[in-house]
Amino acid sequence: MEKCELAIVGGGPAGLAAALKARELGLKEIFLLERDNFLGGQLVKQTHQFFGSHKQFAGIRGIDIAEIFKDKLEDQPEIQALKGAVAQGYYEDDVLGYSYRGKFFKLKPEKTILATGASEKMLSFPNNDLPGIYGAGAVQTLMNQYGIIPGEKILMIGAGNIGLIVAYQLLQAGIEVEAVIEATGIIGGYAVHASKIRRAGIPILTYHTIKEARGDEEVESAVIQKLNENWQPVPGTEQEMEIDTICLAVGLTPKVDLAIQAGCQMAYVAELGGDVPVRDENLQTSNSRVYIAGDSAGIEEATAAILEGELAAASAAGEIFPGNSAIAQERREIKEKLADLRRGPVGEHIRRGLARVRRNQNAGRDRYTRSWKN
Amino acid sequence: MLEETGIPEAGKIEENLPSRERLEQGPVAVFECFTEIPCDPCYYSCPLEAIAEFQDINDLPELDFEKCTGCGQCITNCPGLAIFVLDYNYSEEEGVVRIPYEYSPLPEEGEIVLALDRGGEVAGEARVERVQYAEKQDRTAVIWLAVPKEQVLIVRNFKRMED
Repeated sequence: MEKCELAIVGGGPAGLAAALKARELGLKEIFLLERDNFLGGQLVKQTHQFFGSHKQFAGIRGIDIAEIFKDKLEDQPEIQALKGAVAQGYYEDDVLGYSYRGKFFKLKPEKTILATGASEKMLSFPNNDLPGIYGAGAVQTLMNQYGIIPGEKILMIGAGNIGLIVAYQLLQAGIEVEAVIEATGIIGGYAVHASKIRRAGIPILTYHTIKEARGDEEVESAVIQKLNENWQPVPGTEQEMEIDTICLAVGLTPKVDLAIQAGCQMAYVAELGGDVPVRDENLQTSNSRVYIAGDSAGIEEATAAILEGELAAASAAGEIFPGNSAIAQERREIKEKLADLRRGPVGEHIRRGLARVRRNQNAGRDRYTRSWKN
Repeated sequence: MLEETGIPEAGKIEENLPSRERLEQGPVAVFECFTEIPCDPCYYSCPLEAIAEFQDINDLPELDFEKCTGCGQCITNCPGLAIFVLDYNYSEEEGVVRIPYEYSPLPEEGEIVLALDRGGEVAGEARVERVQYAEKQDRTAVIWLAVPKEQVLIVRNFKRMED
């Protein structure tokens, strides 16, 4: 069994940023485990320019941010970035098991950063298992990574940032987007993304839901319906749309299996997307060896994930090199950048969620914590 | 309502426009950025420092129309594609709207296209006057669209005829 200072699970924006920051702060034995055969996580599908701070990555396309990270990583031989390495379990003696090239390995890290990302939510409606119904992530993977169009006429469900951005990418790929429908009364994503597809002639219908998908072998049409302000279907407003693809962009939920196995105290926090580990402001969980960063800590966006990765790395480094004031200063600076990012109205629900999960007040029931850690 | 349709309200658009006199003086940028999001690249893109420094990264950009020369550097630096440059007095009859554009293939200079408003409705025909696509624009083209003067405040997109 190999020992190391830091293991990072997940090679997306949070994990990559964590690895580089940890190295910068003096850690020498760093393992980065990435399940896929490429690094970058969701960044490799994000063809749009990022918002955020000019001092970080604003104005740069996600696909290019992934390249910047990969280039930096190549200059750091102390970081062992394993692609195709799947974390299999976090054991009671703080051993991390992973499979790699057909073999099982064990790693005993002093500190572990979980940056495992999120998974997409599903929506219940009749025939939602017909071929032609995709999650937005799958559509992006097909289109932006492999150059395969998912269909020719699409209905997008969900007007959050992902729904709006993927609708725009579909238009860029020359695919017809019939409409973007949204069950709530307002467009959840950034208005500039909405305006961009709106001026391309794509209707965005708030208070609309999908009633059912129709088709024998595959999706042939979708029936959409208006909702009233209490989210009840309005009879007689059904409308059938001829489409061959339905794309679901109805939210994400943090991937926290390893945190649960690590005995981290969990809490259900709706604002953060579901069950998340309780953590302090330095992203340390109730298992002091384990830190959480990025979407697995709460659904946000990549700029925040990058900063959280850096913060988790600076926190872990601070405990490995206790009393190092430069590391403490680094932590303060990252926290200020995160606070700046979350200060505005769009960060309101994140601030509320974080306040709940940090104090663990009013947070939902912990359904998971096992007794062996307590 | 912008939050319900994606189309900004007339009042909001009006508030962010330069005066009539300034509009008639020559090219000027207009920012159709109406919700506070953490984003500041426009401030750093302006060579004339015509955009007020952000006190908070979530602030909306504030443009000094007197300092702005309509150079258009900000257009491709806006991740939201929310900046346009208007040249009301491009010629006797026509004005030009410079539009950020990320579809391919790019239109040809001289091509007649269908001008679209903020809701994607056809406002009339327009002529592609110029296509800017330099490397520093990072794959966002800027299309100069010549339109009748009265449509300078309306046209914000276009589609090609063969589409």
